[in-house]
Amino acid sequence: MTGPTEPGLPRRVVVTSPRMRARRRTSGYGVTQDIDTQTRLGEVFMASLIRSQLRLAIFTCAALILAVAVLPLVFWLAPDSWLGVGQWLPWVVLGIGVYPCLLAGGWWYVRQAERNEREFVELVDRS
Amino acid sequence: MSPTLSVLAVSVVCLATLAIGAYGLRLSRTTSDFYVASRLVTPGWNASAIGGEYLSAASFLGIAGLVLVAGVDMLWFPVGYTAGYLLLLVLVAAPLRRSGAYTLPDFAEARLESPTARRVAAVLVVTIGWLYLLPQFIGAGLTLQIATGAPRWVGAALVGAVVLASVLAGGMRSITLVQAFQYWIKLTAIAVPVVFLVAAWRSDGSPLPDDASWVTPLHAFEHPLYSTYSLILALFFGTMGLPHVLVRFYTNPDGAAARRTTLIVLALLGVFYLFPTVYGVLGKVYASDLVESGRADAVVLELPERLVGGTGGQLLAALLVAGAFAAFLSTSSGLAVSVAGVLSQDLVRSEVHRTVGGRIPGVRAFRGASVLAVLVPFGLSLLGLQLAVADVVGLAFAVAASSFCPLLVLGIWWRRLTPVGAVAGLVAGGGLAGIAVVITLVAGRGDGWSGALLAQPAAWTVPIAFVVMVVVSLRTPHRVPRSIARTMVALHAPESLGLDPPGRSH
Repeated sequence: MTGPTEPGLPRRVVVTSPRMRARRRTSGYGVTQDIDTQTRLGEVFMASLIRSQLRLAIFTCAALILAVAVLPLVFWLAPDSWLGVGQWLPWVVLGIGVYPCLLAGGWWYVRQAERNEREFVELVDRS
Repeated sequence: MSPTLSVLAVSVVCLATLAIGAYGLRLSRTTSDFYVASRLVTPGWNASAIGGEYLSAASFLGIAGLVLVAGVDMLWFPVGYTAGYLLLLVLVAAPLRRSGAYTLPDFAEARLESPTARRVAAVLVVTIGWLYLLPQFIGAGLTLQIATGAPRWVGAALVGAVVLASVLAGGMRSITLVQAFQYWIKLTAIAVPVVFLVAAWRSDGSPLPDDASWVTPLHAFEHPLYSTYSLILALFFGTMGLPHVLVRFYTNPDGAAARRTTLIVLALLGVFYLFPTVYGVLGKVYASDLVESGRADAVVLELPERLVGGTGGQLLAALLVAGAFAAFLSTSSGLAVSVAGVLSQDLVRSEVHRTVGGRIPGVRAFRGASVLAVLVPFGLSLLGLQLAVADVVGLAFAVAASSFCPLLVLGIWWRRLTPVGAVAGLVAGGGLAGIAVVITLVAGRGDGWSGALLAQPAAWTVPIAFVVMVVVSLRTPHRVPRSIARTMVALHAPESLGLDPPGRSH
């Protein structure tokens, strides 16, 4: 498994960098450096990013709870009406309708989270 | 059901898994390959692999079985399995990847700088892993019994043996490959028969079940509103704490890729979960006798022969058996790798090694741990517990939601979390949920409020875990890790900022 035990085969050396895609910046000055070395200024910048990401996360969770987790309560409060016209309505909502909503919520979140990070990097670059 | 076709289907899936595993053996040369596929897997592949690993016996057989028994309320299982990924995406995906942690104990130690927290997390990973492996083995025994008439232990032993062989041989690289293919096998296996089943149902005059309490919501449990919300809580918040899910995030190149991967997973799961409901509803019309005979989990496998019949029905049934075995094998191997990794790193060996960068626990220790990781749940599956497959999986989610969910959420977003608080919360939440699970497993589902509270513990154990973690942390402010600022930067700074990669410097 780990190579050298196999007779006749030279040990294979794998040369990889897990961060091939990350852009390495050449300048070691400015706020980037502040963040890296934990100065007061760097902490202020980081705290603002964490706050905006947390706000976004809480907002998305709240939307999920309002949209999906409120359904049992709706079913509970209006149980008899399902027996009339729409007795299969809960099946359609839970069996099909929920999934596109979850996907749309996730897509929206990823867009906003990446925008937050982009704005943060631009802010740091300008400073 | 035709035993010959079924044996053929099972053999093909098992042999393909072993063959890809052997191929992976040739590829994985470094220990990093062995554990984490060298962290170079594209989001599309990784998402397929996550889907392949995540869709277990509970998804493939269990949901349809539960729907057949209890009706519309059971649709919360697939909804919860999927919504859990949305919460994982929103609350932990990118920071978790940036933490550089490979296992949950790794995360606990990196964030809290406490070997004790690491050890408690390790015990919980093994507990949840075994609890999740158990229904896979039960499902495998049931499937093979229905397909060929073999005794129940044969299917479980077969899955155990194939999982052990492929894990021992290939490690993570081959697993990624296997898992990705297995998602598509499972989707094909569950989707193709639906076309024929629905066609047969339409030519039969499209009969619908006329059981009013089965069709209307909130009739499945004794205390329906409490039980439904408790289930929702366990499934929504439990996903992020499953040990085999976290490992997959480590194979993403960076935090942004981790988010994109999760988004694709949401789509893949949503597509898959459209189908089990169809089997459940058709089962109510054509196979409700399975409920009385206690074999509701078999409804997916039984329907093609009852509805389509003939050689066509047998072929479709064989396809479903193949898909079910793909589900057992993929989930079990992912869990076995995670449990074995933690066993060999944290519980068997006394020294603590960093997984990447430092010395890696010997492959021999990992192999010994794999045997242990598979044998324990296999033994438990022979005890003949009378519980639905999806119910046992639900219990594993409840333990994960009451322990790792608060650890991850507070660890990532709240800098005042201390090791003392985290350990207290893990022990309180995980312990209480664990006790409830053991009582339910041993004594069966009880009656009245105590039965409901024990069978669906998440509604009280998750808040308890959060409260204990917060209160104890606030009372031990001097124990906040000294490098917390550094850790927060590592967790939240975008990679494009060009800081030093986390996980290397310490």
